[in-house]
Amino acid sequence: MADCHSQAHRRGGRLILLELLVLLVLVLAPFVVSHYFTILLTRFLILALLALSFDLVWGYAGIMSFGQSLFFGAAAYAVAMAVKLTGSAPLIAVFPATLAIGAALALIIAILLFGRRIGASSAMLAALGTLTATYIAERIVRTTNVLGGQNGLSVPSAPSLGSFSIDLGVPFYVLALLTLLATYLICRFLVRSQLGLVLAGLRTDERRIAFLGYDVVVLRVITFTFAGAIGGLSGGLYALHEGFIAPNVIGVTLATQAVLYGLFGGIGTLIGPVIGVILIEGLSYKLADQFPYLWPILLGILLLLLVIFRPSGLVGLLVSDRERIGRFGTSRRASGQSS
Amino acid sequence: MTLLQIASLTKRFGALTALQDVSLATEAGTIHGLIGPNGSGKSTLMKCIVGDVEPTSGEILFEEKPISQQSTTERARRGIGVKFQITSVFETLSVYDNILLAAQSHARLATLALSRSRGALADEIDDLLDQFKLWERRDEQAADLSHGEQQWLEIAMALARRPRLLLLDEPTAGMSLPERAHTGALLRSLISSCAIVIVEHDLSFIRDISDRLTVLDRGRVVKSGTVGEVQDSSEVKEVYLTRV
Repeated sequence: MADCHSQAHRRGGRLILLELLVLLVLVLAPFVVSHYFTILLTRFLILALLALSFDLVWGYAGIMSFGQSLFFGAAAYAVAMAVKLTGSAPLIAVFPATLAIGAALALIIAILLFGRRIGASSAMLAALGTLTATYIAERIVRTTNVLGGQNGLSVPSAPSLGSFSIDLGVPFYVLALLTLLATYLICRFLVRSQLGLVLAGLRTDERRIAFLGYDVVVLRVITFTFAGAIGGLSGGLYALHEGFIAPNVIGVTLATQAVLYGLFGGIGTLIGPVIGVILIEGLSYKLADQFPYLWPILLGILLLLLVIFRPSGLVGLLVSDRERIGRFGTSRRASGQSS
Repeated sequence: MTLLQIASLTKRFGALTALQDVSLATEAGTIHGLIGPNGSGKSTLMKCIVGDVEPTSGEILFEEKPISQQSTTERARRGIGVKFQITSVFETLSVYDNILLAAQSHARLATLALSRSRGALADEIDDLLDQFKLWERRDEQAADLSHGEQQWLEIAMALARRPRLLLLDEPTAGMSLPERAHTGALLRSLISSCAIVIVEHDLSFIRDISDRLTVLDRGRVVKSGTVGEVQDSSEVKEVYLTRV
C-alpha cells in the first residue's frame, strides 16, 4: 500500500506540469515565430476555447454534445452582423454579447433536450438533439440571404479596446491568449471545486446522483449553458480574427472537430483539448499541403487508433486516471489518528 | 410517530404483479425488517419508496405527507436515504470523496462552486470513516475496496446526508461474520437519529437488529409485527421459513 501511495505521489503533479509547459510555450511563441504563424496560432487559441467548451459538457458533465459549433457560429454571425451595421467591434460589447448569445442559445437547447429525463436514453438524446440542432442551424444560415447564404459574411473591422485597435498578429494573439487563460482558470477552479465533484459523480452515474438529492436536470442545464457561453465567446473572437465567416462555422463539421480536439488531446482534463487543437490544427496545416489527399485519411486513422487504444487521449499517456479525475477533499486529521 | 406509511401499494410490470396491495408502517426510531424469498417484491418495494419505480396504485406517505408524485431528488431532499442491493459507489472517486459528495448534497450550487462547505464537513466525514472502518483507506479509489467495504461506504454515504429514513437493501451481502456483527451494531446505534427499513436474506441478522418484521411472499404481505409475533406465526413458518 505504501508503494501504491508513493507511486501515486510520483505521478501526481504531472497535469499541472503539462499545463505550465503549454502556458510557457504559448507565452513564448510570438517571440520566436513569424507574424504569419502568430496569426495561425491565434486561430488555434480561439479554437481552444471551443474545445474547452466541449470538454466541459462531455469530459465533466457527461453530455455528448455536437452542438458547441451552434453557439460558436451563432455568436460569430451576430458579431459579423453587428460589425456590418455599426462598423466597429468594441470588446466591451463583444465579450458580454457573445457570452450571452452562447449562453441563451445553450439554455434553450438544454431545457428542450434535458427536460426531466434521467437515464441512459438522455445521453443518446443529447447527442442526437444537439446534432440535429446544429444541422438545422447550418441549413438555415446557408439559405438566409441576410446572413450571406452560402457565401458567408465579411467582418471588416478589428476589435477595439477603448481607442486601441487590436490588429492581427501579436496584439490579437495576446487578446486570445489572455481570454483563453482567464477562461481556463475559471473552468479549472470550477471543475476542481465541490461542484466539480458533483459533475464527476454526474458523469459516472446520474441516477445515483439523483438519489443523493442532487437535481440532475439543473446540473446539466447549468453546465451546458456555461459551456455554451464559452462557445459563444470563441465564435465572436473567431469572426473578428478571421475577418470572414462561412456557414461551416455553425455546422456539423466544426461540431465534430470540437469532439475530435477533445478526444485526441484527452477529455476531462481541460488541457487535453487545448493540446488537441494545437496538434490537430498544426499537423493539418503542415501536412495538408504535402499530402492533400492522404492527410485527412491519416488523421482519421490516427484518431481512430487513439480512441480505441487510449480513450483518455494524449494526456492520458502522461497522466494517470487518478490524477485526471483528481481529489476533491481530504481528511484534516493526520495519519495514524484514526480513533 | 409514523415516519413511513405505505397504503395498498400495487406494482405491476405487464402481466407480472410484483406488489399486491402492500401496506405497512414504520415508526421513527425503529428498524423495520423486510424479509421474503427471492422475487417476493422486497426490492421493488424499496424502489417504489425512493421513486425509482412508479407504483401502479396505492399511496406512500412520508412524515404524513404523500410523496408518490415526487421525484427521486425531492424524496432524497425530504430525508430518505438509500443503499440499493447492487452496490453503486462512485468507483473512480476516492473513498473520502464519495462521502463528501453525499455529505455536501444539501449545499447550494454557489456554495459548491466556491467550495465553501469542504472544510466544514471534514470532521463529520472523518467520523463516518472511523465508524465504518474506512479511515485508513480514505484516499484509495472506491473501486479498490472489498465488496463488504463498498457496502459500508455506501451506507456511510447514505448516512452522510443525515436522512430521517434509511432504506438498506441487503447491506451485509458479501460480508464476513465479524463485518456483519459490526454492521448490526452500527445500525442499532443509528436509530436515535433515523428509522431504518432493511431488506436482508440473513434471517438471524435481521431478527437480531429489527424491532418489527414484515414478511412478503409473491408481492403480498404475509405477516407484519414484532419479531416475536412473526417468528411465532404459523403462516410465516409454512409460507416462508420452511421454504428458505
